[in-house]
Amino acid sequence: MKSTVFWGALATIFAAGLALTGVVQNEYYYNALYLILQGTLMAVAWNVLGGFTGYVNFGSAGFFALGAYTTVALNKALGLPLPLLILVAGVVGGLVGVGLGYLTLRLKGVYFAIATLAMSIVIETLVVNWSYVGGAKGSYMLTPDTHLWFDSYIQMLFVVMLLLTLAAVAISRMLNSSRLGRGLSAIRDDEVAAECAGVPTLRLKLVSTSVMGAMMGVAGAPFPYFVTFVDPLSAFNLFIAVNAIAMPMIGGTAHWIGPVIGALLLGTTQEIVKVTISSEMNVLIVGVMLVAFITLAPQGIVGLARKLRRGRPK
Amino acid sequence: MSAELLRVTNVGKSFGGFVALDRVSLRVRAGERLGLIGPNGSGKTTLINCISGALYNDVGEIHFEGRDITRLPPYVRARAGIARSFQIPKPFRSLTVLENLQVPLEYAARGRAGARRATDEALEMLELVGLRERAHEDSAGLTQVDMRKLELARAMAAKPRLLISDEAMAGLSSTEVDEVLGILRRLNDAGITVVMIEHIMYAVMRFSERVICLDAGQIICEGTPESIVQDAGVQRAYLGA
Amino acid sequence: MFSADLLANAVVAGVLLGGFYAAVAIGLAIVFGQLDIVNIAHPAFVIVGAFTAYILNSRFGFDPVLVGLLAAPVFFIAGVLLYRIYFIAFERTGQESLSGLAFFFGVMFIIEVSLIMAYGVDYRLVQADYIGRVWSIGFVDFPLRMLVPFSVSALLTAGIYLYLSRTFLGSAIQAVAQDRLALQLMGADPVRIKQWAFGLGIATAAIAGSLLIIIGPVEPSVGRQYIGRAFAIVVLGGMGSIPGMFIAALILGIVESMVSTFAGPSWSPAVAFGVLALTLALRPAGLFGRT
Repeated sequence: MKSTVFWGALATIFAAGLALTGVVQNEYYYNALYLILQGTLMAVAWNVLGGFTGYVNFGSAGFFALGAYTTVALNKALGLPLPLLILVAGVVGGLVGVGLGYLTLRLKGVYFAIATLAMSIVIETLVVNWSYVGGAKGSYMLTPDTHLWFDSYIQMLFVVMLLLTLAAVAISRMLNSSRLGRGLSAIRDDEVAAECAGVPTLRLKLVSTSVMGAMMGVAGAPFPYFVTFVDPLSAFNLFIAVNAIAMPMIGGTAHWIGPVIGALLLGTTQEIVKVTISSEMNVLIVGVMLVAFITLAPQGIVGLARKLRRGRPK
Repeated sequence: MSAELLRVTNVGKSFGGFVALDRVSLRVRAGERLGLIGPNGSGKTTLINCISGALYNDVGEIHFEGRDITRLPPYVRARAGIARSFQIPKPFRSLTVLENLQVPLEYAARGRAGARRATDEALEMLELVGLRERAHEDSAGLTQVDMRKLELARAMAAKPRLLISDEAMAGLSSTEVDEVLGILRRLNDAGITVVMIEHIMYAVMRFSERVICLDAGQIICEGTPESIVQDAGVQRAYLGA
Repeated sequence: MFSADLLANAVVAGVLLGGFYAAVAIGLAIVFGQLDIVNIAHPAFVIVGAFTAYILNSRFGFDPVLVGLLAAPVFFIAGVLLYRIYFIAFERTGQESLSGLAFFFGVMFIIEVSLIMAYGVDYRLVQADYIGRVWSIGFVDFPLRMLVPFSVSALLTAGIYLYLSRTFLGSAIQAVAQDRLALQLMGADPVRIKQWAFGLGIATAAIAGSLLIIIGPVEPSVGRQYIGRAFAIVVLGGMGSIPGMFIAALILGIVESMVSTFAGPSWSPAVAFGVLALTLALRPAGLFGRT
């Protein structure tokens, strides 16, 4: 995709989002859109490490919750405004991401994946035992009265999330289609060969894990305001981690557009199923689609599209 | 006598109880063509793993252009000018053939080449090894022979001062062996030092100015190709006589 | 706070708990430790085993351990089928690393959610007359709801150990992991051996599940806590060594019991992952592995 087309598309989508808030009042739609965007942001973040660099992270929920609980703690302690909370959550997520990056020095493949799951549960145990942020019981968040020029707070959160997601997509595209992206691909394909070709693998992996961590922290930061009640069960929900893996896998992990396609498809399906059938079925669908896609179409939708294009007679 | 490019001093490496390299010392002059031979398991690949940094030696030092590189990570050595090919080709499977060359061109050869021209240079190198037509194909789909050529081209793309070729010719036909020898010869004419590990004796003998033979982690002899084939120790190591 | 009988009871409780953990981990020791298949859905199968015990116990009054034994062959077949899918989709195409992991993650999720849809998130339990009884020696208590799982698990471990070391198929399974040449000389087909071993691993989950629900009430998402425990035990035990696995299970049980006695039960989920992280960082070959 050409750069001008790409940026034009981002601007158009953002403008459309803003325009929507002037037309539609029903809060349900903003709830649904917020969740789809949150899923997209998490999927894009997961893919930076999982898709581009080849390290599977099962602990996405841990990073998400780091962001959410950064908001809870700092809101309680200092009463910071939302943009600042998002920024700090990004920094916290990024720093933990750096720590995760150093793990790749000793742990490859499967062991790394299990360690991420371990990290998520250790963070959860810490939060459960941290009474300041509510511990196992959780805590309520008051929705601030100010919501700029928007009709409601949820409208503003939706626009904030839209902006964050678009920014993440832009960063992901930049990482994917540059010298850095080729370096990451080289690491994914063969780390030793990458080193010997001059790729500073550790540095690039640290970039990758910290960008992923920061994006996930950012995705979690507005969450307490969105749900107004956070407890470890909702913030560390396995559903978040499964979605973050399933969406890129369904869309295709090698290209930056993959997780976006996967997230829009899966996220929209989920919101529809939630309304028309039940929220349990919505959860089940993610698992079934994940398994079906990785079994039958391991390259995801992007891979299928490529195959079709190639198969077409010239 | 030209300047010394690589100096390996008392390098040793063992895995568990198995001694793969037993205090090996050798020197390579700038512009030299050195052949490294020895039976399977004699430590050839371990030696070049230690030189390229894929493994760290337990004891001993390695100097490149007078600089101690013993503890430097592989990517720094690649940037300093050491490139290698792998015995079992390790292409970046998700990248195209062209992109495979762009990686070392952008990461290892940076500073020694204009960044803008990376694609052109990559294409030139592919031309050289005869992969030009496959530039935009996925590297995973290449034949074994083409993968070996890609492996060599990728090492060249790092614009090294020292190129270590680890059995680049295994499985090639005799015309293809001659082709690869020609490529290595031209690189050497351009000033690149070449260390060749090879089982195909005829290739080693034709190419090398000097040959070193390893057996059980030790250098058992070195000399001109002619003197090596006469050596009793080499014959013993190879023929078990 | 600290006293001798508290400590003694914590140690005994830890040994009993750890013995039970071995039943959960043994299937993974075969599947992950020996076949290199990262079945993170294994604990989910344990939960299915627990629910099977619950259903047959509440409806027909069957003893949970008996249900576990009866269900094992069915689990075996399910395991064989699952391995077929895994083999065809991933192992054969060499994509087991990333996609295979995600596959089992998805399977785990499907099992958990299906159970929630069928039975809700309520805790379920079984009835048996030994549950609730306690034997005491001095000031040390041996609750039978712990002692029975411990004993069954120890028997299971011993049985699997003998099976792997004494029978033709058992040694073939070990050869798959260690020595492909030996396997060819034995004239065995590695895929069929792995399929058999995978089935065996899943079959143990039926028994582990029945023990789990004897120890305490179970709800579908309990399985997640066992991912860390099972992997920690297998890695600590040296990947695939059955005696090593059993000792590692006892160690984890004792440490968890100590932590929950002296620091509070809310800290115990982190113990397994702490142990796992430390093992991976300091001694990846495990306590009993070959370095």
